[in-house]
Amino acid sequence: MSTLEFTEAEEAFRLEAREWLAAHNPGRLPSMDTAEGAAAHREWERTLASGRWSVVTWPETYGGRDASLTEWVIFEEEYYLAGAPTRISQNGISLLAPIIFGHGTEAQKERYLRDMTDGTLVWAQAWSEPEAGSDLASLRATATQVDGGWRLNGQKTWSSRAPFADRGFGLFRSDPSAERHRGLTYFLFPLDADGVTVRPIDQLDGTPGFAEIFFDDVFVPDDDVLGGVGDGWKVAMSTAGNERGLSLRSPGRFCAAADRLLDLWASDPQPHLRDQVVDAWIGAEAYRLYTWGTVTHVEAGGSVGAEGSINKLWWSDLDLSLHETALSLLGADAELSGPWLDDYLFSLSGPIYAGTNQIQRNIVAERVLGLPRGGR
Amino acid sequence: MRFGRTPEQHAFSEALDDLLGAADVSSASRAWAAGDHSAGLKLWQRLAELGVTGLLVPEEHGGVGAGCADLAVAFERLGYHGVPGPWIESVAVAPQLLEGSDATTILSQVASGESIVTVAAPGGPYALDADIASKAYGVFDDMVIELNPGATKTSVDPQRRLFVMSAGYPITGRIDPSRARDLGTLACSAQLLGAGLRLLDDSVAYVKQRTQFGRPVGEFQAVKHLLADVRVALDFAAPLVHNAAVELDAGTPTAGRAVSAAKVAAGDAAYLASRTALQVHGAIGYTREFDLSLWILKVRALVGAWGTPAEHRARILESLVEAR
Repeated sequence: MSTLEFTEAEEAFRLEAREWLAAHNPGRLPSMDTAEGAAAHREWERTLASGRWSVVTWPETYGGRDASLTEWVIFEEEYYLAGAPTRISQNGISLLAPIIFGHGTEAQKERYLRDMTDGTLVWAQAWSEPEAGSDLASLRATATQVDGGWRLNGQKTWSSRAPFADRGFGLFRSDPSAERHRGLTYFLFPLDADGVTVRPIDQLDGTPGFAEIFFDDVFVPDDDVLGGVGDGWKVAMSTAGNERGLSLRSPGRFCAAADRLLDLWASDPQPHLRDQVVDAWIGAEAYRLYTWGTVTHVEAGGSVGAEGSINKLWWSDLDLSLHETALSLLGADAELSGPWLDDYLFSLSGPIYAGTNQIQRNIVAERVLGLPRGGR
Repeated sequence: MRFGRTPEQHAFSEALDDLLGAADVSSASRAWAAGDHSAGLKLWQRLAELGVTGLLVPEEHGGVGAGCADLAVAFERLGYHGVPGPWIESVAVAPQLLEGSDATTILSQVASGESIVTVAAPGGPYALDADIASKAYGVFDDMVIELNPGATKTSVDPQRRLFVMSAGYPITGRIDPSRARDLGTLACSAQLLGAGLRLLDDSVAYVKQRTQFGRPVGEFQAVKHLLADVRVALDFAAPLVHNAAVELDAGTPTAGRAVSAAKVAAGDAAYLASRTALQVHGAIGYTREFDLSLWILKVRALVGAWGTPAEHRARILESLVEAR
């Protein structure tokens, strides 16, 4: 029940999305982290793009609809309400594209943006290294300048989508004398280039959702440097707040899950689990309303900074507790494979990816509450 | 504006902060608890001059005729500053309860701050501060009745002076008391939210200046993470409180459920804030003398007032299942 006021145009947008999804949504596909599932998910991206629904907020030139943030949230609500597939293009469209829009050259926009809207070009992220996880600035992979470009060396790990993706993006140390956040450069690279070895890693759910990537003198041309040489950290962090705060996990996803949880409850009400079911609904509702508050703030010219960490803590904890409650309701059948178990296993990763929740709590404490830094 | 406070509501909130921040509210609270109401009643008058007491009283009876969203703003600040007295009862509940009764004179007196009334909250025979109230009301058999104060009871929160009430005469016919109850619950939720925000602010200030092992204890992650969790809980309770107010204003069919969600979330967040505040303060927080105790004890009392968390969760589930 909404007391939010939408314009006629926004209501029409919602209806159009709902009708299109009803006609095209294939429902749950095989895991995108299998060869068969990856192909099916790319096909779905193609279908989404054909209806111009894959990147609604992007300019029309690049396959979007120039939609407002409000319309994006509306689309996401409808998307998850319809139970449409997870997005194999997420790394590209929500992590990389904002940086290309903000820091990329016209040539890079031309080369990459359209192809990532229709499943043609799927991106892997390559942030972490074996010795650089939460302490990302300690990364060691190097970029050495050569004639016409750079040679990449080193190792990345936990690179999501890498086993079935086409290209990757990540930070490399381009100035060996610089330390920590300085001397890093943001590179785009093909995963099938000479010298790249992708070694898939089975995740907790048994599918290779991420991989190690080894770089052995991999050549990358100058025009695959994103942003300035040595500016990698600043470039990579420029949209971090917005990603954690808004675009990574929309409320529609959790409202739809809370809805399914209520269905599960109603099919076999168990009084001792009542409070947990209600709290999952309250948590999703709070997230929905909080997001509308953020949208209001951003549309009025505000930005999302460290508050994005507050958001990430909320949705990741909510996702986990919601799915734990579902498993409780399922009783002895909870261990059997099925959608609830799949989603539960995925929810276990939420407090880790996109910056662990320990790091998010540090950010909230230091940058929102103003507590003194240091003292790890 | 899509979702959030208006510039006028922000200004109202700041005006309340200016007034209450400059007043010695803690001393007034302690005196109130000891039965000396003079400072608290002066505060009541000054807040009446800002329009707080007349927020829900219709303009024809001398009130402001404001909406629930303004009410929530006011109660959040009352909670933040720990203002003593039957605010929920007089300002949020009574105007609705007495709407359509003959008791409109008392309403205009409430609006002007000349009179204070109290109301026995549902689920309990007690009324707050009945000794200073010109009138006390309760709902029995869906009729508003006048109540008379009897013995006192001691609350966990010394500022909450509870009276066992005995029934007098009905002053209305049958009414639907649910909106009045929802307004009381909304005000209580907003007060809890404000109290939680205060507990967090005081805790942050304390851990920045309290030094152990040669550094501020706020540098330690064990302390940081506790306080970060409080920030998260309060930030997600706030939109539920605002939404409940907006739904009550709009009269949506789900307004009652929204109010219950606000009460559960604000109660949980404020309680987490109080537990965390006590923990990061250490022994000084466990003293009556230190002002933190005012909020710790108030939160404990308000968590169970105007419907327990269990009652509100049951109401939410019933509404959700019904809607399926």
